[in-house]
Amino acid sequence: MAEFRMPSLGADMDAGKLLEWYVKPGDAVQRGDIVALVDTDKAAIEVEIFEGGVIDELLVRPGQTVPVGTPLAHVRSGATGEAAAAAPAEEVTPEEARATKAAPEEAAPEQVAPPPAPAAAQAPLAVVPPHATPAARAQGREVGIDLSDLRGTGRHGVITREDVIAASKPRAQEAPETAPAAPPPVPVPPIPAPGGERLRITPRARRLARELGVDPAGVTGTGPDGAITGGDVQKASAPPAPPMPKPTSTPTASTEAVASTHAKPSDERYAAMRRAIAAAMAKSKREIPHYYLGHHIDMEAALTWLEERNLERSLPERILPATLLFRATALAVAEVPEMNGFFLDGRFEPRDAVHMGIGISLRQGGLIAPAILDAQDKGLSALMTSVRDLVGRTRTLQLRSSEMSEATITVTALGDQGVETVFGVIYPPQVALVGFGTVAQRPWAKNGMVGARRVVHVTLSADHRASDGHTGARFLAAIDGRLQHPEEL
Amino acid sequence: MSDTVPLPTREHAHRLLERMVRIRRFEEACAELYQATKIRGFLHLYIGEEAVATGVMEALEPRDAIVATYREHGHALLRGTSAESIMAEMYGKQEGCSRGRGGSMHLYDDERRFYGGNAIVGGGIPLAVGLGLAEKLRGPGEDGYPVSACFFGEGAMAEGAFHESMNLAALWDLPVLFACENNRYAMGTALERSQSETDLTLKASAYRMPAWSVDGMDVLAVERAAKAAVDAIRHGGGPHFLELRTYRFRAHSMFDPELYREKDEVERWKERDPIALFRARLEEAGLLGEDDLAAIEKAAAEEVGRAIEFAENGTWEPVEQLVRFVTSEPEVTA
Amino acid sequence: MSEGAATETTRPTETTPATVTLSFREAMRAAMTEAMERDERVFLMGEDVGAYGGCYAVSMGMLDRFGPERVRDTPLSETAFVGAGIGAAMAGMRPIVEVMTVNFSLLALDQILNTAATVLHMSGGQCNVPLVIRMATGAGRQLAAQHSHSLEGWYAHIPGLRILAPATVEDARGMLGPALADPDPVLIFENAALYAMKAEIADPVEVDIAQAAVRRQGRDVSLITYGGSLHKTLSAAETLAEQGIDAEVLDLRVLRPLDDAAINGTVRKTHHAVLVDEGWRSGSLAAEVSARIVEGAFFDLDAPPARVCSEEVPIPYAKHMEEAALPQPDKIVAAVKAVLGADGTEGGDG
Repeated sequence: MAEFRMPSLGADMDAGKLLEWYVKPGDAVQRGDIVALVDTDKAAIEVEIFEGGVIDELLVRPGQTVPVGTPLAHVRSGATGEAAAAAPAEEVTPEEARATKAAPEEAAPEQVAPPPAPAAAQAPLAVVPPHATPAARAQGREVGIDLSDLRGTGRHGVITREDVIAASKPRAQEAPETAPAAPPPVPVPPIPAPGGERLRITPRARRLARELGVDPAGVTGTGPDGAITGGDVQKASAPPAPPMPKPTSTPTASTEAVASTHAKPSDERYAAMRRAIAAAMAKSKREIPHYYLGHHIDMEAALTWLEERNLERSLPERILPATLLFRATALAVAEVPEMNGFFLDGRFEPRDAVHMGIGISLRQGGLIAPAILDAQDKGLSALMTSVRDLVGRTRTLQLRSSEMSEATITVTALGDQGVETVFGVIYPPQVALVGFGTVAQRPWAKNGMVGARRVVHVTLSADHRASDGHTGARFLAAIDGRLQHPEEL
Repeated sequence: MSDTVPLPTREHAHRLLERMVRIRRFEEACAELYQATKIRGFLHLYIGEEAVATGVMEALEPRDAIVATYREHGHALLRGTSAESIMAEMYGKQEGCSRGRGGSMHLYDDERRFYGGNAIVGGGIPLAVGLGLAEKLRGPGEDGYPVSACFFGEGAMAEGAFHESMNLAALWDLPVLFACENNRYAMGTALERSQSETDLTLKASAYRMPAWSVDGMDVLAVERAAKAAVDAIRHGGGPHFLELRTYRFRAHSMFDPELYREKDEVERWKERDPIALFRARLEEAGLLGEDDLAAIEKAAAEEVGRAIEFAENGTWEPVEQLVRFVTSEPEVTA
Repeated sequence: MSEGAATETTRPTETTPATVTLSFREAMRAAMTEAMERDERVFLMGEDVGAYGGCYAVSMGMLDRFGPERVRDTPLSETAFVGAGIGAAMAGMRPIVEVMTVNFSLLALDQILNTAATVLHMSGGQCNVPLVIRMATGAGRQLAAQHSHSLEGWYAHIPGLRILAPATVEDARGMLGPALADPDPVLIFENAALYAMKAEIADPVEVDIAQAAVRRQGRDVSLITYGGSLHKTLSAAETLAEQGIDAEVLDLRVLRPLDDAAINGTVRKTHHAVLVDEGWRSGSLAAEVSARIVEGAFFDLDAPPARVCSEEVPIPYAKHMEEAALPQPDKIVAAVKAVLGADGTEGGDG
């Protein structure tokens, strides 16, 4: 018994629709007879049979579309007279006959999607089950989609998992969404993969900087549009120059830096730092959809507690009020981890450790935001020590590279400048910047009474791609809460 | 015209019939293998036109050069390129006559001076002129010039390349045979719909080239005309043009619903099947017995069987060799 | 369609026994003459190569010397005579086919691409095509938009061809010999603005057809060019030198296959690349070279590669407009300065 299969009439034909049978079971056919009409993407084409014999059974009925290679009919061989011309073919030796016949039968598994299962073949004219990949079937079960409704886009029209997912999309949209966060949802534009701040430096200079151990951030560029060139790096490496930290900034701080250049740095370094700040902040404003929240915190309890503690300490051990703010922030991160980490490759990556960047203005102008590493593990005293150490080393430009590159959140306290409110710019790829203004006495209503209390205005600049206002509000509330219980700090 | 060609010897008649049958059976197998996806790409079958290649090839010698079209399986087969290597080529195997780089449309056999297998309509004609030009520059040997034989369809006669080449060959008096296989359809465009002058010999005559129209379904007529033309060309008669009127029984290529011609037109032409006609004539004259026919069919079937077996057992060229044969390698051009 | 006959004499002027002063066109003629004397398989064919003497007078006098069989005037049938060159080459001849200009070669593009460049591959390595096609290219002579384009970059896109662009008299004299010895098709693009250029060269001279050549050593920037733009580029390099910028000039010479080693070598030396190409900028050969520099010498770059190409306009007739459309020394100088940035002499390791 031979099989007459759906032929392939071109490389671009994966399936055909049987339009009409020209034969019926019991009909004798000869090699070369036209037996069926098949519709292809191009047009209806009459197809011939290459086996003489008697049609035994039709397996596919008109109107059905089946992949190339699918058996269309069973043909009983022998029986009827072959064409005179074909007759001698029967005298072909068995080996040759095998070689000739092997071809069509072997074709199916190799290049053509497998025909329907034997069960379908035994039940002639049954609806051929849709042809789908295992992954597609699993996906279909999962989302409750009947694959027979789908049109496959895979090879030979096979239904793929993607087809099922595409088909299930409208349903997913109908499903109720989780409650939106406090601020109205902002449409998030496609974000180019953020790679952090990029220096304008040529490929060669970058390579040389690595080879020569030069931090390119401190090198003044002389190339096109101020790019740092290989020659710039070579010059910078020539004398044992002090390591130049990577400048960074918040916008408020950088504004200040421009204004307060008492001790003017060398033009070159200043220009390089200015460019670095410009690049990082421009990138931030270009790519990060900021949202801003502000919150007034009653500092009376915290400061009263701190003053009492400081009475017990020697002068060098005394803790500055800003340290309370840093400590409270570090602890609040533990409650709202969505504020701590990086937004990379289109998604937020939280970090366990809190490397808290502290904005430090330089006396020469410009500013740097090095990080207190693992701030979450540092108590008030340790934190104070760290802050002192960091400020000192920053001002003498002796920072470690990890302090420069690993900050997971930044805190800017501009209180000593008399600033009430900070509207910070996030330092990419971080997702939040906490700003503290000056701590000052304000009229403060509490329990129906108005009194003078020491108050700080804390602001949060946060990346809307990573969190929503609701989360940000919880974060500010957490800072507030920590500061109302200073003994736990 | 065919009636006037006397029958050849029994031996020669059997040779012609055998060669036509070989082409037919080989290509029938190709069609089946194509539908079974063993052969891919485009596949253009010559079925119905076998008398043309068979008759013209009888006039050519090994020293002559041949340029054919993408409907060239039969020409390569009769030229002596083995059925095995042709079938392997169509399978894309490296044992193919073009190492699987050409496929059905680009059969090559440098040793037999078979220069393709050209799939740009008309693109092979200038090539044939150049092959002739080389002979002209080298000058005739004792037995005249090697002839450059160029096959093309009537569709190519609408191409500029045809006209430029006819002019050049006639102008320079080159030993070129222009063999136009007029099967009446340029793919799906009938001759009347593509040519302002449908008497194709008149076009050749405009280039002052001897031109004859021949019944391409009569292998003896083709052979006689081709021999006369080749003999003239070989001995300094300059280029000649033959219009060989024929018909392809099958679609242009495998994926062709044949919307452009009527079925009964095809059926009428099938009554002039060159194999059946010639067989009948031989049987009538007592030159062909049943055993003879069976032997011819058996030989053809065996050749096809061997070819398929060879192609099936062929190997795929390692993909590491992909960029070979873009430029010459020392062993190739030595 | 054609240019007046040459004004210079057809016989080279002997200076010393070892060197001669030749024009570019005389050098091409000397090369063809030598090849035809040396190998009887070599013949020249093309439009007006014989009686007229060549539309750029390159083959002046050759008809008398070799006769009409070997200096063969063709009808205006680019497809047929280029195709015939292919056929003759396959049959064992060594044809030199002259196409008047690259613009007309488009009439033969089918033969060049679909036959000459592919036959070796389609035949599985059996049939090679030892053919040389010469053609004029380039603008600068107020011939407007059907006689002025530089399409050699298109041909350099095609695997199976070798593309040469002689820019010096020495290369005009020396490239044809190895081109004829190549078993595969070679296209020689002669910038028509160069035909009258003269130089004193060794004769005969041996050159390769595989490598680029440094025409001027420099330290600060690599100017990479070929053909007619070489001389504009050298002129720009002199201007830059006066301003303290030391430019290296690399003449590609061979547009396919490109000499990656030379291209990346000069960029590794100067760390700056400016590409000068008379082709249109989009999809130009300069674009290809630029991409290769970025692929092969990225970490040696001190600036993005820059390109000075023809403006994206059909070349106009009016002289001032034509000049504006083409790469010019001042554009090259400006591009170099932009690439070098503030400190023009920065760059080289040496």
